[in-house]
Amino acid sequence: MGIVVVKPGPLTLVEDLGRPGWASLGLSPSGALDRQSLRLANLLVGNPAGAAGLEILLGGLRLRIVKASTVAVTGAEGIVTLDGPEIPLNQAVRAAPGAVLDFGAPLFGLRYYLAVQGGIDAPQLLGSRSTDMLSGEGPAPLTSGEHLGTGRELVRNGSDPLPAVRRAPDPGQVIVMRVDPGPRVDWFDDDSWRRLVSQEWTLSPDSNRIGARLLGRPLKQVRLEELPSEGMVLGALQVPPSGLPTVFLADHPVTGGYPVIAVVRRTDLDLLGQARPGQRIRFLG
Amino acid sequence: MPSRDRSGRVLLPCGDSAFLVELPGLSAVIAYYRGLTGVSGDRPLPAGIVDVVPAARTVLVTFDRDMIRPSEVRDWLEAAEPAAVVAGTGREVTLEVSYGGPDLAETAQFLGMSTADLVELHTSSEWTAAFSGFAPGFAYLVTTHERLRVPRRNTPRTAVPAGSVGLAGEFSGVYPRSSPGGWQLIGTTTAALWDASKAEPALIRPGDRVRFVEA
Repeated sequence: MGIVVVKPGPLTLVEDLGRPGWASLGLSPSGALDRQSLRLANLLVGNPAGAAGLEILLGGLRLRIVKASTVAVTGAEGIVTLDGPEIPLNQAVRAAPGAVLDFGAPLFGLRYYLAVQGGIDAPQLLGSRSTDMLSGEGPAPLTSGEHLGTGRELVRNGSDPLPAVRRAPDPGQVIVMRVDPGPRVDWFDDDSWRRLVSQEWTLSPDSNRIGARLLGRPLKQVRLEELPSEGMVLGALQVPPSGLPTVFLADHPVTGGYPVIAVVRRTDLDLLGQARPGQRIRFLG
Repeated sequence: MPSRDRSGRVLLPCGDSAFLVELPGLSAVIAYYRGLTGVSGDRPLPAGIVDVVPAARTVLVTFDRDMIRPSEVRDWLEAAEPAAVVAGTGREVTLEVSYGGPDLAETAQFLGMSTADLVELHTSSEWTAAFSGFAPGFAYLVTTHERLRVPRRNTPRTAVPAGSVGLAGEFSGVYPRSSPGGWQLIGTTTAALWDASKAEPALIRPGDRVRFVEA
């Protein structure tokens, strides 16, 4: 076994790039919320981009490396130490046997990604090792004393170019995300789209891997009949009667009964996975 | 903008990598879904199609823009011919049920029939899985008549055991795992509706025909 979990932090999960394609059976795509950061971490240590790593919410994680390995930390930015000294982020680092890796609270962003050479080993469901917090499928959140296996993934052939490092969003800055019209845009008054793309929204603390809840001036639904449940896409802005949208993230329910006014571009959702409660958000559409 | 094709289907935009097809009703959804995915659900989808998700009035189709153009997806959706459910076609799943759920007597009374008649009607009806949702492997089953239509319970149970067979609205269904639920419970099955260790974890997939038999 390659790694011992000394302290799991508030929520540390095994995630890869998920299991898209099973929504018709009721299963969410799941996978890392900030996909680009997981890809980068994997490529830095020589793994295939889609190997399983750890998604570490808000730090607080302490790991002991049992077997010498190469690791990389990406995503959120904070103090991460290896046997005391701080290690550089977004860079491959060699960890000796017995070394202790400690994740401080992030100052920018919300979720660190840790890749370990060979990938984190865990049972697969439909080709993925990702934890799905909605259905409870996939590995359970990490607990103290747990042992994690590593080393089953084939090392990539080295020809993939490394993606550019994207800095974690500054909590004081506005995050901008592009949106396209959703299937029920005509269920809202004419002013709602303008309000959606012109106002600054705030990320509610009541957000998780299932959805990012937004606070702001409510949108107004004008068609008031009940919507029979329909398929929901990743990034859907679903608007309940409160008029305050929820953006569906990786563990979203596959169907929903509230109208979708807009859909966030998939490539922009990575940023939302790093947005902190209270962070300001703007939609471009 | 939405556009309606000759057969009454409406294609709604859904971001840059999906379309939502709106249909006149549930049987049209099932027929259209079977038209897209094959009568047994095994027709290969065009490369780049990620998900085809039937629901009560719609079919959602998501795709990977790096592999297929939106216009090609649109052409595929518009060209698909519905394949209505015909007895004896497609996959059939048989579930053994021990009738005797906590709501069996009350449900029979609500429907104005004996419990024996309810069991007879439930087992003699041919059910079709219209769509999944609620939990992985939970399929909403419909049949050709409405004689088993019942309301949900006023107060949902906080824990319904896995394998519970229920009725609610026009649907019958089996709970794949223990979960909260408001359906009227008429029996239980020992069949595994969801087995994560299998390559095909769901026992019942949309479009499948389902028969209940007394255990």
